[in-house]
Amino acid sequence: MSKFDKEQILRTSGVNVLKCMRCGKCSATCPSYDEMEYHPHQFVYMVEKGEIDKLMQSPSIYKCLSCYACVERCPRGVEPAKIVEAVRLQVIRQAGKNHLTPDDIPALLDEDLPQQAIVTAMRKYSK
Amino acid sequence: MNFSYYPGCTLKNKAQDLDRYARLSAEKLGIHLEELSEWQCCGGAFSMGKDEIASKLAAVRALAAARDAGQDLVTLCSACHNVLKQANDAMAHDEEFSQHANNYMQLDKPYKGETRVVHYLELLRDVVGFDALKKAVVNPLKGQKIAAYYGCLLLRPSKVMQMDNPENPKILEDFIRAIGAEPVLYANRNECCGGYAVLEDRAIAQKKSSAVVANAADQGAQRLITACPLCEYNLRKNAEKALPVSYFTELLAEALGVKE
Ligand code: SF4
Ligand code: SF4
Repeated sequence: MSKFDKEQILRTSGVNVLKCMRCGKCSATCPSYDEMEYHPHQFVYMVEKGEIDKLMQSPSIYKCLSCYACVERCPRGVEPAKIVEAVRLQVIRQAGKNHLTPDDIPALLDEDLPQQAIVTAMRKYSK
Repeated sequence: MNFSYYPGCTLKNKAQDLDRYARLSAEKLGIHLEELSEWQCCGGAFSMGKDEIASKLAAVRALAAARDAGQDLVTLCSACHNVLKQANDAMAHDEEFSQHANNYMQLDKPYKGETRVVHYLELLRDVVGFDALKKAVVNPLKGQKIAAYYGCLLLRPSKVMQMDNPENPKILEDFIRAIGAEPVLYANRNECCGGYAVLEDRAIAQKKSSAVVANAADQGAQRLITACPLCEYNLRKNAEKALPVSYFTELLAEALGVKE
């Protein structure tokens, strides 16, 4: 039994994983597909199975670009990105588990980088 | 005509051209954008978690301020637009979240999603009208082949954004026609540029942006336009093939003869 709660993921995301028909369209359209160990349809399936720990430990949770392609194109309205987000939130809400800290930022800057990139990454990667 | 206006953090800094040319053009078209007297950064991305409260409040405060001013709220940056629209939708339709947010903010009058959020492009299409815009153009950009880059956040999730057809949009192409140029259609116009992941994984931004620019160039585009500072950055800095990338407002100001 996982110490992490499948119910919490479902509550945070608001997703009904049982609607998924495993067609894989979300993963086929995902711009981060090549970068991910687990793909959007696997997130949905693994949350259904309660395999939360594996997802929480995977770098895949930091690879979602929040492009909403999977949300838009899923024929069943499952909204897989919300599952990815909920798993990542479950990780970074723990003390000391931020994926990006303000101290990391200066080394990542260049003179043209828009503020939007920094605030978005901070919002996605840390609490 | 008066509208409340939410510029967002990047338009005050790296994307000043997006903002400046929008204001100059709006005045020329008889539209007055009143910047909200107080606003905070929207956070760049909507927190999709239903139990995320604090990270949505900056957006909700801006929405409530526009409601109190009795005005529609105009946005320009694709990301701010996306966050404000989604936060507004949550305030209108997610009762539990809306109640938490209102309890937290203690506004004089609870906010329930009353404000209409209007992207600057929607202002051009629905308030000014592209036919009227065409008539106001003094320097048509004749002979220019321009590829519209929508990216992700202007159109998706379409259920909430309701700006255009998410898979076959035309608002930017109609805009390009109105300023006298020729739109170039290409498959990648609504595929991701790599977004904020560029911060820690430049390779993905290079891969995604290169695909967009190469696809536009293959279809004969001479330049690209966008409404998003991060798309502008990725397409300009991270694509293999170089095509000029501009904010749509810069071309608008040029066509209207107000570009300084
Ligand atoms: S597109 Fe939707 S239905 Fe198909 S696998 Fe993905 S989540 Fe399931
Ligand atoms: S929102 Fe995330 S998971 Fe969904 S298609 Fe885009 S990058 Fe992939």
